[in-house]
Amino acid sequence: MTLTKNPPAAKPTLTQRGSSALGDRVFSWWTLGTGLLVLAVLGLILITTVREAWPAFDAMGLRFITERVWDPNPATGDAIFGALSFAYGTAVSSLIALLFAVPVSVGIALFLTELAPRRLRGPAVTVIDLLAAVPSVVFGLWGILVVAPALVPFYQWMHDVLGGVPLLGRLFGPVGSGRNFMTAGLILAIMVTPIITSITREVFSTVPRADKDAALALGATRWEMIRGAVFPHSFGGVVGAVMLGLGRAMGETIAVALVIGGATNITANLFAPGNSMAAVIVQQFGESTGTFTAALIGLGVVLFAMTVLINVFAQVVVRRAEARMKGSVA
Amino acid sequence: MASNDTNLTTRPSVAVHTPGTATGAESAASVMRLRDVSVYYGSYEAVRGTSMPIQQNQVTAMIGPSGCGKSTVLRALNRMNDPIPGARVSGDVLFHGQNLYARDVDPIQVRRRIGMVFQKPNPFPKSIYDNVAYGLRINGIKGRLDDHVEEALTQAALWDEVKDKLRKSALALSGGQQQRLCIARTIAVKPEVILMDEPCSALDPIATAKIEDLIFELTNDYTIVIVTHNMQQAARVSHYTAFFTAEVDEQQERHGRLVEFSQTGKLFTNPADKRTEDYITGRFG
Repeated sequence: MTLTKNPPAAKPTLTQRGSSALGDRVFSWWTLGTGLLVLAVLGLILITTVREAWPAFDAMGLRFITERVWDPNPATGDAIFGALSFAYGTAVSSLIALLFAVPVSVGIALFLTELAPRRLRGPAVTVIDLLAAVPSVVFGLWGILVVAPALVPFYQWMHDVLGGVPLLGRLFGPVGSGRNFMTAGLILAIMVTPIITSITREVFSTVPRADKDAALALGATRWEMIRGAVFPHSFGGVVGAVMLGLGRAMGETIAVALVIGGATNITANLFAPGNSMAAVIVQQFGESTGTFTAALIGLGVVLFAMTVLINVFAQVVVRRAEARMKGSVA
Repeated sequence: MASNDTNLTTRPSVAVHTPGTATGAESAASVMRLRDVSVYYGSYEAVRGTSMPIQQNQVTAMIGPSGCGKSTVLRALNRMNDPIPGARVSGDVLFHGQNLYARDVDPIQVRRRIGMVFQKPNPFPKSIYDNVAYGLRINGIKGRLDDHVEEALTQAALWDEVKDKLRKSALALSGGQQQRLCIARTIAVKPEVILMDEPCSALDPIATAKIEDLIFELTNDYTIVIVTHNMQQAARVSHYTAFFTAEVDEQQERHGRLVEFSQTGKLFTNPADKRTEDYITGRFG
């Protein structure tokens, strides 16, 4: 074999590392460091908040998440801190937000990627991104001064029409001030639409031309092409976008605090006032001391845990759905 | 003039067409005919003045150097250029005598009757079964979907290889299998004409041979137009060959142009045009 008898002259070049190796090493340490930093910050937040909230957890035990009463200053006896009502408010207002925001966002994103004339796309994207730049307190004030009063007649009408329907009617109970779960959900919907839209738009625009051509060549209409080629390709990305929107909705503080009505309340009636965890924290933190403060931080911990759980759940859903839709790869 | 049985303007609820029964005012042998077809992208004329017939149940190959407009012409045959902004076609593309670019013609219906297989295998990110069933579903063909899928996969010479893994992802197949799946998906909706845009250019020689055999089989039921940059392939699989080339005009713009159309045997052994001869003997392109 002449190959093995080659002089070893070429050998050293295989082990020599040029200056590029240093760049590689710096790069890998830098990325590893930043990645770990995120985990460290998350971990520290969790540890410190749990520690700060501990007096409340200690006093309430598991009742902290199963108790619906929140009474920091009772006339007699110990203070009661139950997060359930606020967790309910967070969940309901966020769900309403998604219910309205997701179809709208997906529609806008489809319009921008598949239908809109090219010269309309740039300006439309700018306008939507501007919506994301509006400070949340502005949304809140707009909600409390304009939207809530304006919606009262509409809510009243919904109540009159649907209020009598068995089961469904319970969602559309008596209307109060217009500051309620529904208004909070609608304001949140407007606030999360830009983020969901802009990510879904990115996702849709990554669908290969070849996939769309394949559908069209089979005689698909534009909608059939979207269903057959665009959606299967982007399902995971769209769920990711929705999760980011949900995260924003659940964590939104000031806008919700202004429009949700500020009542400790668990009811099916979407037109009743309630409260959310983030809103309660901002409303009550200034006047709290001792265990009360700990309980408010505890609400933050519960919110954090809920967000994480929902994200994990969403990832499982995406993986299952993709396996079903795309067929298993193995 | 349009014959009565080739209505492209409406979408039938259930449209199972039996290939090979075309009738029309055109000569019975040519299912399609291009008459002075030019394709523009904006103001740029990519292909000018192409006239040629597409014979029924025959394979027509389009060959020529890169940029000669052969793929552009192919995509004009089932209006796949429509989604490209600025694309425009002049002249007549006749299908059973009916101009595909007439105002009342529905491009959706055109593409159902004239299917297309692309250069790069492009199965949907779905299961093998759903890839074939997709076209059937959107065309409203209900019931016995399984039978239709099996039939299409069998016709595409893929059934034996995939029958035990129909629910597996199409993306897990090899490139050649993916391309045959794309052919199965196309024939499942039973078009009359199948357009193939360099269907083997991404495949190895063995997979290519399988596709070529398949093309030959398919002529029993379908009319095939294939674009290829591989002259040997054109010589092997086609009955008719169209040779395109690129011309540079006074403004230094390149335009694709049909140089010669004839029976494949004649074009390769006794070309009428000097440019054809130069190309097939390897003197340029």
